[in-house]
Amino acid sequence: MERVAVIGVGQTKYETDKRETFHELVWEVANKALNDAGITVREIDNVVTISSDFWDGRTISTMAVSDTSGGYDKDITTVEGDGTFGVLYGMMRILSGSFGTTMVVAHHKGSESNMAGITNTSFDPLVERKLGLDAITSSALQARRYMTVSGGTEEQFALVSVKNHGNAMRNPFAQLPMDITVEDVMASEMLASPLKKLDCSPVSDGAAAVVLAAERSAKKMTTNKKRVWLNGVGHCTDAYRLGDRDLADTRALKKAAKKAYDMAGVTLDDIDVAEVYDAFSYMEPLWLEGLGFCEDGQGPEQIERGNFTLDSELPVNPSGGRLSANPVQVAGLAGVIECVLQCRGEAGRRQVRGAEVALAHGINGMCGQSHCVWILGK
Amino acid sequence: MADWKSEVEEVVFPGKICVPYSWTVGSTLSRWYVQLRDDGEIWANRCPSCGTVYVPPKIKCIKCYKDMNDWVKLPGTGTIETFTVVNKERPGLDPKKPPFVYAVIKMDGADTGMVHLIGGVEPEKVKVGMRVAPVLEKERDGHITDIKHFKPIA
Ligand SMILES: [Zn+2]
Repeated sequence: MERVAVIGVGQTKYETDKRETFHELVWEVANKALNDAGITVREIDNVVTISSDFWDGRTISTMAVSDTSGGYDKDITTVEGDGTFGVLYGMMRILSGSFGTTMVVAHHKGSESNMAGITNTSFDPLVERKLGLDAITSSALQARRYMTVSGGTEEQFALVSVKNHGNAMRNPFAQLPMDITVEDVMASEMLASPLKKLDCSPVSDGAAAVVLAAERSAKKMTTNKKRVWLNGVGHCTDAYRLGDRDLADTRALKKAAKKAYDMAGVTLDDIDVAEVYDAFSYMEPLWLEGLGFCEDGQGPEQIERGNFTLDSELPVNPSGGRLSANPVQVAGLAGVIECVLQCRGEAGRRQVRGAEVALAHGINGMCGQSHCVWILGK
Repeated sequence: MADWKSEVEEVVFPGKICVPYSWTVGSTLSRWYVQLRDDGEIWANRCPSCGTVYVPPKIKCIKCYKDMNDWVKLPGTGTIETFTVVNKERPGLDPKKPPFVYAVIKMDGADTGMVHLIGGVEPEKVKVGMRVAPVLEKERDGHITDIKHFKPIA
């Protein structure tokens, strides 16, 4: 099978209240990604946008960014989900043989809409929506279930927030670089127990873009330094209704991870750095279990042992993670971009020394119903 | 991006999209809501293939991808598998004034959990593993809120 490379990346600084429109943010990152690849928009064959009609407040949201994404006069299509799934669709298009070099671009303006109201509409209107569940309250149910099953504590979860906000201090794109303590997290406002404000990712604005190319064209268009290969991918979905799942069971992620590792031909020991979807503090250890880096139920304890800090064997979320900026749907693509920068050795003060194999993880649906796992490498 | 706001006054349009829908509840859930509304009973359906009992009922077994025409009446009681005390107000969404409790209740006689409210108890007294029973509204109109909440039982 022909390989696909990421040949260019671009992202905005993630902020809480950007005063540009989402089209303008897309314009900014599409140009950054083209410049990074050293190509022009003429060399882009087609565009995959990642957007949501509800977040944008207009239907067929893809069309609203057709011009600024470089999609004018070309084929343009959309993924409504996390950016990691957008990269998957972009790669599939290239591997189908029907499409050439592909721009994948995501945008989000959380500050213009209402997080609780929009995430509530992801619930079945025939059953659960009327109860008023949203992203934070349903994740709180998952957090407590995980505590019950693993014996993990709120203080252990708080350590994730401390670590990731600390990592963000080395990332100029992050929204919330913070030097905080476990006590700060514990003392922050209780939103829905056991989740406190500093256990939760912020409302963010921003955009991100990657340019994908098939091996032959990638080698023609770019230098070796810029190319990072999409070596493996896996994805899997669990049950829709919260009550039909055990919220502490990571079976879907385990399947997705195995597919990705098998496709890339890597084992856990080969992975040098990981961007894991920490929309909430407890999610990092839970997903680290699903990815295989911790035994089931051991995630919180391993966090406490400092196993995933920047100077550890496996740094997790060197970018600061979703806890430090969570533009919904952009967030997983930002993780992919962090992996590209790490593999290139361009991650600045947060560079993981000698990083050659990187893992990016994204989720879709409430409480991580669906997972996408990427293995990238030089 | 450069700070364009120093050169030009920013214009902001407030907006709102109001689109009414009329969703059919379908063959399976309609039956469930009518039983709840008229008889005050909570029913579930069972997969003929693997025996998994679902509540609320489902059209298909998620594991076997089979029709589920086997209906069973549940006692209504269950055990709190997980819960959250909602403290922060969410205008327009909260079913009651915070603090209040959401829980996943593992229903007796079923293999799945039901998400609902816990009431009739101080929020800080709610625990995982607590036994609960449904409290029904007197006037019922065929909604999930016909169950007012689940309350702890001895
Ligand atoms: Zn079955």
